[in-house]
Amino acid sequence: MTSDTGVESSVAATSAGAAQRRMSTGRAGDKIFANGALGSGVLLLAIMAAIAVFLIWKAIPALQANEANFVTDQEWNPNAAPPTFGIAQLAFGTVISSFLALIMATPVAIGIALFITYYAPKRLASGLGYIVDLLAAVPSIVYGLWGLTFLVTKMDDVAVFLNDYFGWIPLFGGDSVGGRSIFTASVVLAIMILPIISSISREVFAQVPTANIEAALALGATRWEMIRMAVLPFGRSGMISASMLGLGRALGETIAVAMVLSTAAGISIHVLKDGGNTIAGNIANSFAEASETGRGALIASGLVLFLITLIVNMGARAIVARRKEFV
Amino acid sequence: MAKRIEVSGLHAYYGQVHAIEDISMTIEPRSVTAFIGPSGCGKSTFLRTLNRMHEVIDGARVEGKVMLDTEDLYGSSVDPVAVRRVIGMVFQRPNPFPTMSIYDNVAAGLKLNGVRGKGKLDEVVERSLRGANLWNEVKDRLSRPGAGLSGGQQQRLCIARAIAVEPQVLLMDEPCSALDPISTLAVEDLVAELKSQYTIVIVTHNMQQAARVSDRTAFFNIAGTGKPGKLIEMDETSKIFTNPTEKATEDYITGRFG
Repeated sequence: MTSDTGVESSVAATSAGAAQRRMSTGRAGDKIFANGALGSGVLLLAIMAAIAVFLIWKAIPALQANEANFVTDQEWNPNAAPPTFGIAQLAFGTVISSFLALIMATPVAIGIALFITYYAPKRLASGLGYIVDLLAAVPSIVYGLWGLTFLVTKMDDVAVFLNDYFGWIPLFGGDSVGGRSIFTASVVLAIMILPIISSISREVFAQVPTANIEAALALGATRWEMIRMAVLPFGRSGMISASMLGLGRALGETIAVAMVLSTAAGISIHVLKDGGNTIAGNIANSFAEASETGRGALIASGLVLFLITLIVNMGARAIVARRKEFV
Repeated sequence: MAKRIEVSGLHAYYGQVHAIEDISMTIEPRSVTAFIGPSGCGKSTFLRTLNRMHEVIDGARVEGKVMLDTEDLYGSSVDPVAVRRVIGMVFQRPNPFPTMSIYDNVAAGLKLNGVRGKGKLDEVVERSLRGANLWNEVKDRLSRPGAGLSGGQQQRLCIARAIAVEPQVLLMDEPCSALDPISTLAVEDLVAELKSQYTIVIVTHNMQQAARVSDRTAFFNIAGTGKPGKLIEMDETSKIFTNPTEKATEDYITGRFG
């Protein structure tokens, strides 16, 4: 009797164990995946924190040695004794060149994306999309070389023209305009960020539900009216994200800007004038021959660039979130 | 406002695929015409040829003639955009513009037609929403997103949007298939009211619905997969459902088929 029960219970135990093993395999997979995902997330935060701590650690001695006001001073002489440097001009140059690039690139990029998704014949569309994506793969040093050897010479005349006829706009005003200006750098940046804005916008436009498109067409919308009613509102947050990614690239772009600009001190709203500088361009130009304090100062400027990018991204998110209930 | 549609010898294609073959029929003004038939028989395709929405799809084309009173909709000088402004359409799934408010959804077609001025727009929006039996439910939240309404309300919003521009004809492509019975009833009641002013064509899979709302019914069928859809029979709804001429129609409505 007892032995029977024992056999029965052991059989029951085995089958229960087997069932549990089968189930626990699933659980183990779940656990591994969950922990793996958690680990990746934590790793990212840890790396970010480590970078931030390192940058701040390196920047503090230089900032303490600084004899000028870091925020407002326009000169950048961290290698002098005593060191004096301020971020104002660099930050201004960075922001204005990137925003000019964004203003030039976004309409063109969105136009390309709309053409590819809604206007071009199929065969042309795929070829064109491929070419635009190819632009993104060109290394920035190539853009820099092209900018320096070709665009700068051509932009001399453009700058003079703009200055002559549109000089009454403060942006295009001033004298001694030339090709190695913030404006030229913006044009190079605009070309560089064009593909990323265009290809993301294209993806978003391609996802507009057919139902929305047909709703507009059935109301008697022309193709452009359909795009305005159904495509652009749907793609709005995507377009903003795309622009922000482009802006991020423009803000951080180093070598192309460093090659095009002829460094000159002083904040000027006249973007056609030779000179101007950006944070990233300045780092590329001066890191090699910088002193200990000079490097610290450059790292501090890098932190400012990080902060600018952060503010821009938060601003974009706020814009996207504002009409969230409609999206 | 309502106009007669006369179709003769109409064929529609998707690329190489012959979707519907040689359809001729007359759709009377101020009445409801129902299209019934099994899935894939081309009734939706045919409906979309009536306001030139068929050709929106890549590679789709149409042969034949569609007369709206005296005007050939496929005439060489006719702009499809103009056709769609006088022949409105309601789709299977409610498709209000997700980024627009209730008000803007209804006003969308008017704005396309160049209607400006808040007074005029307010008036038409209210009239259209009343016409779609939706006014009382939404009058306090016109600035809320249209996509936030229930499915049935969204569909009536789409009907309001379609009638706001006072079309000659209203095409409805299975307008109740995504709706619950109560919302379906609301839309059917609305169709019965609207037919005093509009020519209404409704595609439906629900034969009771066809019997309830329509004056005339057209039965479409296909001979087999890959074959083009054809119009089998069109007659008074009461005749189609009690004493159809064709055997295929009788088989379909009695459920012996499909």
